[in-house]
Amino acid sequence: MSVSEPRGAALAAQGHLPSERIALVDLLDRLLAGGVVLSGDLVLSIADIDLVQISVRALIMSVREKETADDGEPLVGS
Amino acid sequence: MTNETGTYLYAVAADLGIPVPTGLTGVNGGAVRGIAQGGLIAYVSTVPMDKFGEGPLRTSLENLDWLGRTARAHHHVVDAVAETGPAAPVRLVTVYSGDEQVKDLLDRRGEEFLDVLTRVAGRREWGVKAYAEARKPVEEPAGARHGGESPGTAYLKRRQASLQGQEQDRRRAAAVAEEIHDALTAFAVAGRRHRTQDPQLSGRRETMLLNGAYLVDEERGEEFARVVDGLRGPGVELELTGPWVPYSFTMLEDPAGGEGTADERL
Repeated sequence: MSVSEPRGAALAAQGHLPSERIALVDLLDRLLAGGVVLSGDLVLSIADIDLVQISVRALIMSVREKETADDGEPLVGS
Repeated sequence: MTNETGTYLYAVAADLGIPVPTGLTGVNGGAVRGIAQGGLIAYVSTVPMDKFGEGPLRTSLENLDWLGRTARAHHHVVDAVAETGPAAPVRLVTVYSGDEQVKDLLDRRGEEFLDVLTRVAGRREWGVKAYAEARKPVEEPAGARHGGESPGTAYLKRRQASLQGQEQDRRRAAAVAEEIHDALTAFAVAGRRHRTQDPQLSGRRETMLLNGAYLVDEERGEEFARVVDGLRGPGVELELTGPWVPYSFTMLEDPAGGEGTADERL
């Protein structure tokens, strides 16, 4: 997937953020509610657990901890 | 602790004979390798089961540091692989007990993977989030206390008006979100709505109306951004993210029966 195409090149370059600059919450939307879902032969049956619920809980817990620690500086955000 | 290992799967692509990018590492620092079978290649790395077994995973998934690290490592591999050609990313923490089972998977579901790869080839995903600008509090009209109403009645009226206002706002917001989503989906190859993010997670005070994902032909990215610009209006703020590997458009099942609300126009 070349980024050197004439149209949209600047946009693609600008939009193609290094992994560490992507907001974790946007990434988790995709990694936990997107991607091919497989079942069978897996060590953890993804169908059995609500990954989104789990991640939201983890994120919210962490945001709360961080807020109490340093006065509401948001942890996530781009 | 055991020395057992598992096979962590990141993505599946058509086997074009392109070598796995050298030095590519995945979750837990494992080296990424390819498992080829039947014209497909699965990108995997070996993971220790004392960290990626069912029990440890259930605990780790609730640890934000671990989750963040693992998600970024997973994404890094998917991104690198997608640079070399169309790839179907697999959901986070898909772990098989060995390589043989991954080969079985490619055998059993090869056709479906090929379908997904065909759908995403030459296309990227863009994210569009819409926020409602914060509503001004309902002001008490000047000289509200007319007509000899008791303060209690006036309060109840105000309260009712405020509730009606909130309900109207909600409906208006839902309609705006629907409108934006429809317009973007009409331009894109397909559109899908993710659940809206909690303000605590989005890091913004405004209510998120729409958390959409759109599958767009690679060469139309700039045009798509202009369509987004055209939808910006008073009271609504739009945020564009991407381009992403098409994570949101890799459902194997029939889109109609798939999860989420996928509006496919294929």
